[in-house]
Amino acid sequence: MLHTFVALVDDKPGVLTRVASLFRRMNINIVSLTVGESEAPDVSRMTIVTEAPDSAAARMRAALYKLEITRDVDEVERNSAVIRELALVKVAAGPGTRSAIFELAEVFKARVVDLAPESIMMELTGSASKVEGLIQVLQESKYEILEISRTGRMAMRRGHHTSRVVKALSDNGRARQAEERRRRK
Amino acid sequence: MPKTATATKKTSTAAQQLETLIGSEIMWATLVGEGTDTVFGYPGGAILPAYDALRKYPVHHVLVRHEQGAAHMADGYARASGKVGVAVATSGPGATNLVTGIATAMMDSTPIVCITGQVSSKLLGSDAFQEIDITGITLPITKHNFLVTRAEEIAPAIRSAFQIAQTGRPGPVLVDITKDALQGSAHFDFAAAQPAPHRPHPMLKAESAAMEEAIELIKHAKRPIILAGHGILLSGASQVVRQFAERHHIPVASTLLGLGAFPASHPLSLGMMGMHGESWVNNAIQKSDLLLAFGMRFDDRVTGTVTTYAPHAKKIHVDIDPYEINKIVKVDVALIGDLRQVLTTMLPLLPAKKDTSWLDEVNAMKGDASVRDIVNLPDSGHLYAAHVLNDLWRETKGDSIIVTDVGQHQMWEAQYYKHDSPRSLITSGGLGTMGFSMPAAIGAKFACPKKDVWVIAGDGGFQMTAAELSTAVQENLDLNIAIINNGFLGMVRQWQELFYQKNYACTPILSPDFVKLADAHGIPGLKVTKRADVIPAVRKARAHKGVFLLDFHVEREDGVYPMIAPGAALHDMVRRPKRDPLMEVPEDL
Repeated sequence: MLHTFVALVDDKPGVLTRVASLFRRMNINIVSLTVGESEAPDVSRMTIVTEAPDSAAARMRAALYKLEITRDVDEVERNSAVIRELALVKVAAGPGTRSAIFELAEVFKARVVDLAPESIMMELTGSASKVEGLIQVLQESKYEILEISRTGRMAMRRGHHTSRVVKALSDNGRARQAEERRRRK
Repeated sequence: MPKTATATKKTSTAAQQLETLIGSEIMWATLVGEGTDTVFGYPGGAILPAYDALRKYPVHHVLVRHEQGAAHMADGYARASGKVGVAVATSGPGATNLVTGIATAMMDSTPIVCITGQVSSKLLGSDAFQEIDITGITLPITKHNFLVTRAEEIAPAIRSAFQIAQTGRPGPVLVDITKDALQGSAHFDFAAAQPAPHRPHPMLKAESAAMEEAIELIKHAKRPIILAGHGILLSGASQVVRQFAERHHIPVASTLLGLGAFPASHPLSLGMMGMHGESWVNNAIQKSDLLLAFGMRFDDRVTGTVTTYAPHAKKIHVDIDPYEINKIVKVDVALIGDLRQVLTTMLPLLPAKKDTSWLDEVNAMKGDASVRDIVNLPDSGHLYAAHVLNDLWRETKGDSIIVTDVGQHQMWEAQYYKHDSPRSLITSGGLGTMGFSMPAAIGAKFACPKKDVWVIAGDGGFQMTAAELSTAVQENLDLNIAIINNGFLGMVRQWQELFYQKNYACTPILSPDFVKLADAHGIPGLKVTKRADVIPAVRKARAHKGVFLLDFHVEREDGVYPMIAPGAALHDMVRRPKRDPLMEVPEDL
């Protein structure tokens, strides 16, 4: 089961190691990890995709919060967030095969960013399944893929929801349950 | 190098003065400002500038014989006092020697700050002499660590380290300071170096709704048990736990590290649970319909196999670390916060109950156990560790600080020395570090100089850190040492006896004559081989001012019972054989 976490962490040296080391200790596989600047100064934004059973999700959040460098952790789902990655794919292509590959790129809305006598480099942004789709089509069409570079998933919640808002909503839910119980008695 | 105004006087106001100091002075001034008056350490090249500045500050430095000892001393100091323990070591091997001690503190949630020297920042990553990436090595065993490369970063890092070590779930923090940082100069302002208030863990939520749910569960429970853990001591919640238990007449079982959190002599106290816990405690847990886990983490030593653990019981878990919730055992109500605060809020909601039927039922289970208890059996001329520890308990009236090592003696201590007060037992539970006792006892003695402090160690564990005997002598400490000497690595031998058909591979261990060893350190000692000599020996040790060593030659192949085998359920205990071959009178007597 894939879990996607967005973590806001201090922008300091060694932060990446601390997070990676944490998952290694828990023996949880990191499918992808991407980190970069956020909207706040001194804060980096990490998107971590892990492969782990559902029961591990709460513990992963708790463990990330335990790190002194962590400011905030949010777990996002596909239907509540925009999840994207960027891929660069270099395919072997000569004058004969070039146009066919251009058509493929057109279909996937990939941009051709490099044209060399014997290869074409495409840039594709989209969901992981779209990226995997392009790669699969290229492979099945027997084109020779020379290089693939993928950034890994990046995620952001739709709308104005931040993890704090989500927490408040879930707290309200609990309070409502307790109120129901009281009324029932 | 700028001359400082404090060069000629040792004063704590040095910590508060705004001025330009060199890094090594800032280091001590910050420690003094944080309330440190004792550190345990060992000098070396990279940390030498710090040692040069030490004389200007009112800090007592204890020179150890191995940096592992320094870490354990800081740990023992923290456990006995509740304050942050501080260890200082140089770079390279000095730092790596701290690792076992830091891991010990991490596993038992003890607040210590370790300061290590490091090569000059320009040399980092060049494999310089005595250079080691200690911040990398200690990543998984510290709450956090710092690499300080500039003098102006020293004070904020140390202040931050102290805050992190003590807030939330306590733990060790390491501060690695490069030599050029120690030699550089910076403006020192203790107040300005204060870290931002520690952000509380966002998953902390002991909500009123959950508390009400918990109270409901308690009200409807017929066989509740409180599981008392180390968190009670760390939170200072002994009193409110007692009020809680008494108000509703709930029996209390204890983890190893929770011993002393609830008085053992209290009628509601059941004793230790788990792998070597008392049989009636484990049986009661398996029968229970509600477990109240207070500051304990359902460690595997306590649960036996998890699939059959407390099958009839609902569980309420109160802990400050969200990571522990549902980690091992799925719980019904989780109250994530400071134990003392949570229970103080819940106490008024708890109705009073005087029904003793459940407690009576549990007490009735004790009958069978007392028949098998070694303390109640004739010793037939053998000296048993259980008798030694029980006699020690009677003689000290349970009023001493006991620091144990790891192994069979540690379990016998837990079973036969009754702890009534908090912080009276110091023992390595989570990591189970042999060699812990001697240095930890030294640390505890510095924390509580007026208390009678005992080292209780096996012959194996004692040899690991025996060199610290010199530290105790150099520091003129009054310390008692009891070695439970059976010529084996006892606990491992017991496992070999039970699970490996008595294949005692590498467990018979040769020790020096400990009394002669003590004598070489200028320490008086006695060898004890008979039951009748135990109490007189204990009295002699206590009366002596200074270190005194007692070498108890106990039964070689004795077992800790009950025992839960790996993979077995909590109620599946291996009991002391009713006809214990050791208990039989030899025919030629």
